[in-house]
Amino acid sequence: MASAHGANQHGANHAAHSENHIVPKRVYFFIFATLIALTWVTALVSRIDLGRWNIFVALAIAILKASLVILFFMHVKYSTRLTKFIVVCGFFWLSLLLFITMADLWTRSWMGVPGR
Amino acid sequence: MDTNVADAPEIANPSALQHHFENAEQQRDASTIGMWSFLLTEIMFFGGLFLAYFAYRQAYPLAFASASLKTDLWLGAANTTVLIGSSLTMALAVHFAAIGKRQLLVLFLILTLILGGVFLGVKAYEYHDKWVHHEIPGPHFECEGCVDAQHTQLFFSLYFGMTGLHASHMIIGAGILLVLIWQAYKGKFTPDWYTPIENFGLYWHFVDIVWIFLFPLLYLIDRSGRGLT
Amino acid sequence: MITAPPVVREKKNYLNAEEGIMSWLLTKDHKRIAILYLLAVTAFFIVGGMFAVLIRLELATPAGDLLDSNTYNKVFTMHGVIMVFFFLIPSIPAIIGNFLIPLMIGAKDLAFPRINLLSWYIYMLAGGFGLFVLVTGGVDTGWTFYTPFSSSYSNGYVVMTAMAAFIMGFSSILTGLNFIVTIHRMRAPGLTWFRLPLFVWAHYATSAVMILGTPVIAVTLFLLMLERGLHIGFFDPAYGGDPVLFQHLFWFYSHPAVYIMILPSMGVISEVVSTFSSKKPFGYTFIAFSSVAIAVFGFLVWGHHLFVSSQSAYAGMVFSVLSMVVAIPSAVKIFNWTATMYKGSVRLETPMLYALGFMGLFTIGGLTGLFLASMGMDVHLTDTYFVIAHFHYVMVGGAIMGYMAALHFWWPKITGRMYSQVWSKVSAVLVFVGFNLTFFPQFLLGYLGMPRRYHVYPPEFQVLNVLSSAGASVLGLGYLIPGIYFLASLKYGKKAGANPWGATGLEWQTSSPPPTENFEITPVVTTDAYEYSAQEVIHVGH
Repeated sequence: MASAHGANQHGANHAAHSENHIVPKRVYFFIFATLIALTWVTALVSRIDLGRWNIFVALAIAILKASLVILFFMHVKYSTRLTKFIVVCGFFWLSLLLFITMADLWTRSWMGVPGR
Repeated sequence: MDTNVADAPEIANPSALQHHFENAEQQRDASTIGMWSFLLTEIMFFGGLFLAYFAYRQAYPLAFASASLKTDLWLGAANTTVLIGSSLTMALAVHFAAIGKRQLLVLFLILTLILGGVFLGVKAYEYHDKWVHHEIPGPHFECEGCVDAQHTQLFFSLYFGMTGLHASHMIIGAGILLVLIWQAYKGKFTPDWYTPIENFGLYWHFVDIVWIFLFPLLYLIDRSGRGLT
Repeated sequence: MITAPPVVREKKNYLNAEEGIMSWLLTKDHKRIAILYLLAVTAFFIVGGMFAVLIRLELATPAGDLLDSNTYNKVFTMHGVIMVFFFLIPSIPAIIGNFLIPLMIGAKDLAFPRINLLSWYIYMLAGGFGLFVLVTGGVDTGWTFYTPFSSSYSNGYVVMTAMAAFIMGFSSILTGLNFIVTIHRMRAPGLTWFRLPLFVWAHYATSAVMILGTPVIAVTLFLLMLERGLHIGFFDPAYGGDPVLFQHLFWFYSHPAVYIMILPSMGVISEVVSTFSSKKPFGYTFIAFSSVAIAVFGFLVWGHHLFVSSQSAYAGMVFSVLSMVVAIPSAVKIFNWTATMYKGSVRLETPMLYALGFMGLFTIGGLTGLFLASMGMDVHLTDTYFVIAHFHYVMVGGAIMGYMAALHFWWPKITGRMYSQVWSKVSAVLVFVGFNLTFFPQFLLGYLGMPRRYHVYPPEFQVLNVLSSAGASVLGLGYLIPGIYFLASLKYGKKAGANPWGATGLEWQTSSPPPTENFEITPVVTTDAYEYSAQEVIHVGH
């Protein structure tokens, strides 16, 4: 079997043409406009009393904005599966750090120990 | 206005394919995954600060809400707009690199740098304002008119820690931008190879994303005035 | 069928390809960078070991007669900091992994050679900070830096030490990043994921832990430095700060860090056990996935270090259960290695002796971890010598044994020389005996209630402590002798062929030492790994 240099036989190369995809400029402008609109929405909504829901709304909007930046400005929508997997992993691990630690803080008072 | 690469100054594009890669596509793909892996570390790095924020906000909600009012909502919103604008110009810079429009690439890199500079300038103003009002943690700290004042110092530690770390990332980014602007001007980037522009774009967008979260968490805790009476 | 070109006397290899110190300090060759790491890591091992000697000397008597309490605190802190950050974490990945991964996957180098070199310089910079702390008076907080002692009260060089560990973290991150990209994108044609050597799987899992966990300790130390240096409080109770938050942040990394230390070792054991049984590893897929499982589950258990810290008991229960679950993939490996040996043609060469030692000692260490994972037991055992014995069994009896196995297994490939078989076996036995004599008594001491991090203890504990200190001298001898015969082998050792052990794997298909480009022509892989009967099927050009 002659040894081959070609990337075609390269088991790992799914890169295909992902990096050659040119996103049209109008997509960027549209996303930009959406991001700005969402920024002002979140600023204005913060002035409305939603009780404990304020933080959830603010975070939801922030997550939406971040997703738009990731998918379009950072081209993840047009990237390889591996890239998408890596991005998901990053936010999943962040959520592990946040939620599991907060689970300690949220449940400390459950024991009914005086002073805690 | 648009110049293509053929008119660029005669700089030999360095042999872009490094010897240990089989082909350019493998190299570019490796580069992208490498950059994203680095951004993963940045997510976890900032993540620690976000954890501290959520932990203390949960423990001292009044102190945090009250301290947050010391930030200027509209200045923060405007600054957010500026930073998102710099993300737009950066995305366009990458676009122009990909289609070989050297002069537009250089222009939009410069615009990114300018907008980033505006953001940092506003932050410097905000920091100065905090300094004047003794809101910097330390022996002279005071949170005037704040509810649960004893715990407000935690908010400000996080404010300076998080925005400071964010700003230092932007300063480093600005430094790299200067280098990229110079290299782009010299014609180093072609549609076949503009990896540093792409990767820097990823970095810059990431820094933008961090701010997208910092803005509501630091500036918008309770602007309705409900919880503090 | 000859599977490798014959070794020719003056053949150009990576060692003699270029001369002069700058060709080493500015090298991009992953093999030379591995050697740079070998030298630096060995130096730190010696320094860390000297601190261990001081500890055991002090603890030979119940009174605090050799060191006063402040000094003792600094000694065990420096021992921990150096051994964890400067020895255990980089040892196998930065030396053996750096050297072998490109070879094992048929690549010419790692994906980012210059970043590889940068990671070494960052390591050296971190080491510089560490040495500075050493000579200026040390730090006494324990390697765990718990607040508020470290942030508000300690009189030692906390910021400098934290800086050393902080910088070291970046070296680790860059290594992991390099490995991940390399393993994903630079495998030779035909080398699918399930044809990879288990060593590569182990390093892939390790690298994921490195890049996901290390940044958290970085930011934690960063916050500690801000608090201590600039009085910007994050953990200070005076402002409502929560010292337990520090512990959460610290252990979120430091628990997965122990998997960074053990996974590469386990990868080594898979290779060594398979080679010296001349048998394919039993349950290859299970072993491969167990590495990934350990990496993932390892991130879910850190709260078992916080059982007595005032962490919520509910969170503690969940962490306790998960800590028991994480033992399962490790056990899978032990069972599979044992099954690999069953009906294999077992040869007791030195690497195999270390591997067998690993299997026994890691099992003991792992099982004692279950005692500590049980919240009720941990209340009594935490901060006693039981914990110290547990982690030394897994880290020294496990990780370091794997490191010694790796050095002995791949030394011929790295240097082109064989070492003294007699002395290496003697050392392996000394290490095993010395280790057990040092640390087994510590289980008993912990169970009986002797606390850790104290320079004095009640007189009734002396006998066990003396046994432990005596064992330490035997262990130390066992580590000293390899230094001598390895060095001697460079000049006097028999020249090694391409495959002195009859192993499978692409690294054995190229000469010892390998040429700078690793392979003359990129190999094409057409069979699974570990095909002992069909070694000639793996081609390496013509």
